[in-house]
Amino acid sequence: MVLLALVVWLVAWALNSWLANGPMRTTVLARTVVPLVFGLTILIIWELLVRGLSVPLVILPPPSKILSTLMANSHILWPDFIQTFAKGALSGYLIGCGLAILTAIVVDRYDFLRRGLLPVGNFLAALPIVGTAPILVMWFGFDWQSKAAVVVVMVFFPMLVNTVAGLRDTSQMQRDLMRTYGAGYWQTLRKLRLPAALPFMFNGFKIATTLALIGAIVAEFFGSPTLGMGFRITTSVGQLAMDLVWSVIVVAAITGTAFYGAVAWIEKRLTFWHPSHRK
Amino acid sequence: MRNLGPILTVVAVIVGLWYIACVPMNVQEVLTNAERAGEVVQPEGASTRRDMSRIGLAFSNSDLLGESWSTDRARLPSPHQVVAELWSSTWDEEVNGRRGIVNSGTLSNRSLIYHGWITLGATVVGFLIGSGLGILLAVGIVHSRTMDMSVMPWAIVSQTIPIVALAPMIIVVLYSIGVEGLLPKAVISAYLSFFPVVVGMVKGLRSPDAMQLDLLQTYNASRSQTFWMLRLPSSVPYLFASLKIGIAASLVGAIVGELPVQRGGLGARMLGGSYYGQTEQIWAALFFAAAIAAVLVWFIGWVERRTMKLMGAEA
Repeated sequence: MVLLALVVWLVAWALNSWLANGPMRTTVLARTVVPLVFGLTILIIWELLVRGLSVPLVILPPPSKILSTLMANSHILWPDFIQTFAKGALSGYLIGCGLAILTAIVVDRYDFLRRGLLPVGNFLAALPIVGTAPILVMWFGFDWQSKAAVVVVMVFFPMLVNTVAGLRDTSQMQRDLMRTYGAGYWQTLRKLRLPAALPFMFNGFKIATTLALIGAIVAEFFGSPTLGMGFRITTSVGQLAMDLVWSVIVVAAITGTAFYGAVAWIEKRLTFWHPSHRK
Repeated sequence: MRNLGPILTVVAVIVGLWYIACVPMNVQEVLTNAERAGEVVQPEGASTRRDMSRIGLAFSNSDLLGESWSTDRARLPSPHQVVAELWSSTWDEEVNGRRGIVNSGTLSNRSLIYHGWITLGATVVGFLIGSGLGILLAVGIVHSRTMDMSVMPWAIVSQTIPIVALAPMIIVVLYSIGVEGLLPKAVISAYLSFFPVVVGMVKGLRSPDAMQLDLLQTYNASRSQTFWMLRLPSSVPYLFASLKIGIAASLVGAIVGELPVQRGGLGARMLGGSYYGQTEQIWAALFFAAAIAAVLVWFIGWVERRTMKLMGAEA
């Protein structure tokens, strides 16, 4: 089986080299097939090595086992997903981003605030904010409210910094043009500066998707009701049910990627005019 | 330093708000203690007050709130309590404590310096492994088209995955094959700092434009010469930007990695504090972690400035 794994690796690598350097190197087909082949190869080799070397289930279950556990336990994993993602991460994400945008508009209006709050915000954005999780869990209880609160705190500062940077991204000429149209502050904000800030804001939105899931899961390590993805991971690790842990991780990975993908899709629809999206 | 005034004002306002917030946050415990001490509290009985609004309670008993900033195990300890805890668990514990470094020759296991040192060790080892591997992979990606097309999409996708979910499992799995102590935490740190470095470094190594690459081609430069003389120098700013993200992520990884194994470290300290309701301890650990993060990011920035100066960039 180990030999077979080696053979699979060589064949797949040769196929990918041929695809990447051969006549089809620039086609869309090659661009999608090559990563897929690579991912599949990793999965096949994983499966073969685990079975060939008879690695104990506790250390690394084979992908097929993970998939079957995932299917068999979907009735457990679905409520976990709802608890952690829909209730914890998503509500915190929306509240946090909303608050950050409102704060950014206020901060942008007053230069004093911008000069004072922005360095502080930059500093806080780089901090290990997961550390607030035990405190917030103590304040808001074990249910999803405390998870949402952790997510709000984690998402807030990156979003604030990005939005403030975005609101400043208009040229003097553009603002003067708005003045000649007789536009007031709010009209300029709505029609010129918020749209101009969108690329920056989406940068923040995208960073925040990952942070939101991390926050919701880590907060559950500090205490949770008897469901949720973080809870499932800690209890299953305790029971050495590694196949279930891996299924939760697969769910988390798919959720994270889908969430990011959804935000990126909205970005593409809303900021089609930006140079980085022009064909 | 033009910004110093506004920054100090903002910090002062935050500290002020914190002091004000202590009153409603701690009002239940404060009033219970006051009632035990024989004061008359409106309304009587801790159980009748439990479901009432905290702000309302604070207003109806405004003369009994003196304890708000000094209760033990407060829901929200006041700033000076946190500072006192920081002081007593760093300097005081080490210099005057029985187990401190002055009296016993080793760091006290009750001091934040001891726990911070454990976390810092795991962070730095993990960061070095992660960023080293990240740079190597980036070099591979830039030089092999096959690797680029196979690995790069996965590297980007993997950044959208909440990797910390893996942390408890990595610890347990490594423990079951006999690896424990610093290394499992370092693995998590390395994993978290790995992908930002890969993505940033690939961007950096690709940053020379076609004109510069063509110039080196007319000089008949070999691939390795191009790499050492053009690609590597021009990737430096990108590298440092991603190193800063990477080291902050490493610290988070080390802290999260300390949650499942209670063998010291700031993460263990936070979890211990939340088990026993020692809120000052959590806050002190949090601020200590913040200080470590700030110093680490500052240190990378300092190395960056030195490197850029040596490379002849304008300061």
